Amino acid sequence: MTNSAPIKISAKDVAVFYGNNQALHGISMDVYQNEVIAFIGPSGCGKSTFLRCMNRMNDTIEHCRVTGSILLDNQDIHQPELDVVQLRAQVGMVFQKPNPFPKSIYENIAYGPKLHGLAARKADLDDIVESSLRRAGLWNEVKDRLDQPGTGLSGGQQQRLCIARTIAVSPEVILMDEPCSALDPIATLIIEELIDELKQNFTIVMVTHNMQQAARISDRTAFFHLGNLIELGNTNDLFTNPKLKRTEDYITGRYG
Amino acid sequence: MPNSKLGSHYSQAYDAELHQAVVCLLQMATLAQQQLTDAMAAFTTANLTLAQQVKAFDRKVNTFEVEISEHCLLILARRQPAASDLRLVLSVLKAVNDIERIGDLAKRIAKVLLKEPDSNRPQPAQLGQLTLMGTKVLQMLSRALVAFERVDVSEALTVLRADSAIDADYAGITQQCLQDMRQNAEQITTSLQIMQVAKALERVGDHARNICEHTIFLRTSRNVAHLSDTELQQVVDEG
Amino acid sequence: MKIITDKSIPHTATLSLVQQKVIASLRHRQRKETWFRRLGYSAVLISLALVAILFANIFSKGLPAFWQSAITLDIYFDPQIIAISAKPERRADELTADYQQRFLAWQTEVGFINFNRLITDSLQKLVPDGTKHKRDLARLVTSGERFALRDMVVAEPSIIGQTRRLNLLTDANIDVWLKGNIDRSLPDEQQQLSANMRDWVDALAANGVIKNRFSLALFMNADSRSSLASAGLAGAFMGSFYMMLVVIFLAVPMAVGAAIYLEEFAPRNKLTDLVEVNINNLAAVPSIVFGLLGASVLIGWFNLPMSAPIVGGLVLSLMTLPTVIIATRSTLKAIPPSIRQAALGLGASKMQSIFHHVLPLAIPGILTGAILGVAQALGETAPLLLIGMKSFVASVPASPLEQASALPVQIYLWQGNELRNFFEARTSAAIIVLLMMMLSLNGVAIWLRRKYQRHW
Repeated sequence: MTNSAPIKISAKDVAVFYGNNQALHGISMDVYQNEVIAFIGPSGCGKSTFLRCMNRMNDTIEHCRVTGSILLDNQDIHQPELDVVQLRAQVGMVFQKPNPFPKSIYENIAYGPKLHGLAARKADLDDIVESSLRRAGLWNEVKDRLDQPGTGLSGGQQQRLCIARTIAVSPEVILMDEPCSALDPIATLIIEELIDELKQNFTIVMVTHNMQQAARISDRTAFFHLGNLIELGNTNDLFTNPKLKRTEDYITGRYG
Repeated sequence: MPNSKLGSHYSQAYDAELHQAVVCLLQMATLAQQQLTDAMAAFTTANLTLAQQVKAFDRKVNTFEVEISEHCLLILARRQPAASDLRLVLSVLKAVNDIERIGDLAKRIAKVLLKEPDSNRPQPAQLGQLTLMGTKVLQMLSRALVAFERVDVSEALTVLRADSAIDADYAGITQQCLQDMRQNAEQITTSLQIMQVAKALERVGDHARNICEHTIFLRTSRNVAHLSDTELQQVVDEG
Repeated sequence: MKIITDKSIPHTATLSLVQQKVIASLRHRQRKETWFRRLGYSAVLISLALVAILFANIFSKGLPAFWQSAITLDIYFDPQIIAISAKPERRADELTADYQQRFLAWQTEVGFINFNRLITDSLQKLVPDGTKHKRDLARLVTSGERFALRDMVVAEPSIIGQTRRLNLLTDANIDVWLKGNIDRSLPDEQQQLSANMRDWVDALAANGVIKNRFSLALFMNADSRSSLASAGLAGAFMGSFYMMLVVIFLAVPMAVGAAIYLEEFAPRNKLTDLVEVNINNLAAVPSIVFGLLGASVLIGWFNLPMSAPIVGGLVLSLMTLPTVIIATRSTLKAIPPSIRQAALGLGASKMQSIFHHVLPLAIPGILTGAILGVAQALGETAPLLLIGMKSFVASVPASPLEQASALPVQIYLWQGNELRNFFEARTSAAIIVLLMMMLSLNGVAIWLRRKYQRHW
């Protein structure tokens, strides 16, 4: 179903080492434009590590070495001409724990656009803030208190604020690292609904521990285990009839 | 463990719940098989008491159906099964339906006798043919259940194919009955009874076939109800 | 058919046994906890009591020293005694150097005048038999006050020929006598004041000529040895103040910078490990060692002046550095990494993420650490003794390069003064001033922390 869409990210033989420890073993996969792809797998299976390769967040970790190639729109993201800042403006990231800046709601959204000089005038910035909050489904809840601290919102609202903050810099890909793991089920459903809408404009790569969540919202699902990509397939197939026993054991809750 | 796919969940209670579903299904199937055997015996020997008993015991089959369905509902609600577990629960739910219908069909055979107990008894030859068909059907059913229990797709495919023989038997018996009716007007009631029983047996054969299809679904996650024989073979080979 | 449920409810028989054991252990536990609580309470009470005793002692001794006996005199600036030429005016065409030379010559001329006579003349009117005991009479007012009169004349030459009513400090021994800090029944040879003086003083105090007045001298004057009553804290206070400035503007930025670099930017390797170990060790070095270093390096090699606040400030900076670095680093460590990640994820550089997000959050903690370090430096005595700041300095320093004392050193010096009766109170007064300075520093720390925390 998504196979007809153009390839947005293409990873070839990506391996990650922490010092002498190999965390990822030769991962190759394509991510298609405007799809939601979910990474599942037990803790420490490398799914987050692989996610963080896509916007080079692993660069910030000492002794972390990434080999192989990752192409974003056919451009190698590791090429020296590409500034990591430019990459991260293209590939945004939402984290596990909602982490709004301890500043006002407005400042939270405006920070990215200001950083990259996306708004020339205050009015432009206001527009970006409003449209980002609207797209994150948060505008009606916070429009009267934009000057209040973002940390005063509820967990689910904070996470949507973080999503709004990410889309404020108009990225093409949004990486989500277990975006709902700290939220209650209703807030989770709201975020999932939001992801479903965001899919129209963004390519979304998400890591989740919640298999039902992957089943609910992703188009394709990749199962990682011990640093290997075990199985990647249509979510519909993977959750009804996985090809490999290891995937089956994981999603049905069995020990292999 | 009747089904090797059931075990080794991290949650032992989950293992037990799935196990329970399959065990109850097989108990229900045993009961349905017994009902069918008794119904055939009652019909061939004109044993009214036995027929009454078959009619009465159908409630037991129905109770099984309700309980197994509820059990599966709870598994779905509480465990949100995925992949093979999900397919197992769905297969059990479908198979329960088939077995319940088999129970109904046994009752129907008993009722055929009970409705007109004073009509002429069929010829021994006719009864022989019918008993043979009944034996075939029961055999097919029990093989289908064993295949289901063992998730043995090749056996399921073999059993599934045997249904055409049942259909042929049914066609033969119907043919014979129509002929009898044309020749002898007094035989009409008896022939109609035989045709009704044969029809019921043929339906049981269909349900046994369905159970085989569930077995194939359980292993391959493919719905094979509407496939041709070659396609079926292909699916089974792939699985 | 039922869903199989957990069968983890224990048997009732074992339950009660378990319950019994739990109850038995509970009693033991509660007893322990009660004891611990009592221990805690008593520790707090004891320390509070000790602090209360300390404060009561210091304040009861020190507060009286803020008031000092002064004698109210009508001083006639007698033109016959003050026979000097007119104060030089600067002429339009005159060079600055020439004018200063003339002015200095005039000041020298003023310096030769015996201002003491103005005082004794005035005293004679109050003490009828004073003429017979001129020496005693001259000792009534502390010797430093004649310089106060001289300074008045220098500042305002037109005062000559006028009479002014002035409050002049009495001799330190008179202050001691009037405050009852010396036993009045002691025999004559053990008294500091002669019998005449004791009588005069009692009489003057009775008719209100000698009164206890708030002592500006304590705050305005530098230390003095010739005129003990006018010994003040101004020199030491300014010395401490200059050192604080040096520490605040040198140690704090350096330490915060070093902490940010070490915590956020420095690669982890042998070198940074070494630096880290040394910083931690530096924090544990006895402060007197820093004094030795200051004496040999700053004064010995760099030829910086002895006893100067700049040297003291440098030494104290060195001493404060590790404290502030450690405090700053722990504050930075406590900032949740999620904030950094959020900024990095939006495309901020490492520098931006630190300066836009981490530092604003860390400011309250950094300020607290810095001010604690400064307060520690403020109270430090030992290293200052080694760089010459214990020497007697009779002037208020005008810059950090001039000789000065420091408050804790001043306390140490006064504590050792021979005129115990007088300086015991002064010592406590100096301690109060030092404590106030510390408290106000802490107050500033709390205020800053509140202010920046409310920011978000």
